[in-house]
Amino acid sequence: MKVTAKDVSYVADLANLELSDEERQRMVRDLNSILDYVDLLNELDTSSVQAMAQVSDRYGVDRSDQRSDRFAYAIREDIKEGLRKSLPHDVALQNAPESDGTFFKVPKVIDR
Amino acid sequence: MNLNSLTIDAARSAVQDRKVTATTLAEEFYTEIQKDDPRIGAYLILSKDRALEQAGRMDQLVSRGEKLPPLGGVPIGIKDVLTTRGVRTTAGSKILGNYIPPCDCTAVSRLEAAGAVFLGKTNCDEFAMGSSNENSAWHPVRNPRDPSRVPGGSSGGSAAAVAADMAVVALGSDTGGSIRQPASFCGVVGLMPTYGRVSRYGLVAFASSLDHIGPITKTVKDAAIVLRTIAGHDSMDSTSADLPVPDYVAELEKPVQGLKIGVAKEYLGEGLDREVRYAVEAAIQKLESLGCKIVEISLPHTKYAIPTYYIVATAEASSNLARFDGVRYGYRARDARTLSEMYRRTRDEGFGAEVKRRIMLGTYALSAGYYDAYYLKAQKVRTLIARDFEEAFSKVDAIVTPTCPTAAFKLGEKAENPLAMYLADIYTVTADLAGIPGISIPCGQTRENLPIGLQILGRHFDEATVLRVAHAYEQAVAPSA
Repeated sequence: MKVTAKDVSYVADLANLELSDEERQRMVRDLNSILDYVDLLNELDTSSVQAMAQVSDRYGVDRSDQRSDRFAYAIREDIKEGLRKSLPHDVALQNAPESDGTFFKVPKVIDR
Repeated sequence: MNLNSLTIDAARSAVQDRKVTATTLAEEFYTEIQKDDPRIGAYLILSKDRALEQAGRMDQLVSRGEKLPPLGGVPIGIKDVLTTRGVRTTAGSKILGNYIPPCDCTAVSRLEAAGAVFLGKTNCDEFAMGSSNENSAWHPVRNPRDPSRVPGGSSGGSAAAVAADMAVVALGSDTGGSIRQPASFCGVVGLMPTYGRVSRYGLVAFASSLDHIGPITKTVKDAAIVLRTIAGHDSMDSTSADLPVPDYVAELEKPVQGLKIGVAKEYLGEGLDREVRYAVEAAIQKLESLGCKIVEISLPHTKYAIPTYYIVATAEASSNLARFDGVRYGYRARDARTLSEMYRRTRDEGFGAEVKRRIMLGTYALSAGYYDAYYLKAQKVRTLIARDFEEAFSKVDAIVTPTCPTAAFKLGEKAENPLAMYLADIYTVTADLAGIPGISIPCGQTRENLPIGLQILGRHFDEATVLRVAHAYEQAVAPSA
């Protein structure tokens, strides 16, 4: 078994999830079943293959001279004046679960 | 007015020629929704005020004798992962249950600028994670063709709304097949454009290197009209490509004779339902009879696509969904004593089971000690999958495959087995990974009258050829033809 109950606790911690005991048990089962399937990838030797993080990694280059697959991205110019205004304060706060009108309010950050 | 098989041009002309007002047309769609949607569940939120205001504007244009814009008066549905100013946007999740966006998604504002009447937000799997629409936090969607079956997912509400005449067209999003698979299950057309073709500004992010916005429609021509409207550069999305937008509608009529169509054996092998195979093989013969040249090709890394996808997509999702913490918007758990308790309880109570599973898988794949074995490995295999397509497209102009291995399955059938559910995307995830465009169009039905979908894939930014082949097939099998 790849993923143990201890791993699930550790990962839930990283992901800011609490998870009930029942959810944890199910997570151990589901993650193991999915990761067993993912093992299929180990059939492939990828030692000399570049990682692809974005479609643009492969198509960001201008290869218009080669007929295909040109993927020209916009490079944004620096704007010195006339920047788009950010959201007005009250609009930015309108969806806040709790606010004092100036800031987002949250529970105590440090528990003493 | 008969809403059945109403297309963009038919709806727009009816309003332009004063056969119906845009306001009456919108009202008729709302009546249809009121009558049918309790049974289907396609809509989550209706935006009637906004729809009638826009319809009124279109009616004024007509009464002043002006020409309507390309989608003038056309009623549309919007998947609930696309933000709409002033109209609640939940992404199918409790964690965004009360979220009212301060801005419109670019695709939505472009459609409205072209005259479309936005009826409401369509149901979807929570954060677009799912292949059956059963992961919606609100309620499932039922397949209009057979209510015991799923409409597919995650854009199940959009596909069902179009199939059941509750919208002329709808917008969906596709990360692993979420436009094409529900289109296939509901018997409508679903187009995923090239990565970067349509701005994602205002799309609630799931997996940023894989997310696409695209149309679900009744006809290929309607998909071309919507794409022409929403495609093109947007300075608000740095991944949106700065390339000219062809007139996809004019391109439809170009001949398909001589086009080379690839058929990959990897998409016709084990696990493919027999009836789906027959329908797809018949469609391939039809394309051949239209003068296309059928070429056998190989996409050897196809079987690695699902594991690759579920590592890459969940890793990106775990990062994207970190923003839902109960601080600035959305749901917040009550009475937490500390910030950290508030984060955890908010996320525990706000996210559904599948979303938590994917956050956990993605976090695991990115965590120290596993990054190389899972995430980096998957990114490398993604390169191999993209290369398969590059190789294939040096020989052919388009590739046809089944959209899904089976027709629509029953509600509950795969709900307890996440891996079985993931395998429903086996023929669609490859295009998302490679960033190429793909469409699903109806190509017959099973003996149980369930729709079957044909997928057509093309080169990067060559939606024109994809649409042209789809249109030629659609015209060739149309009852009147």
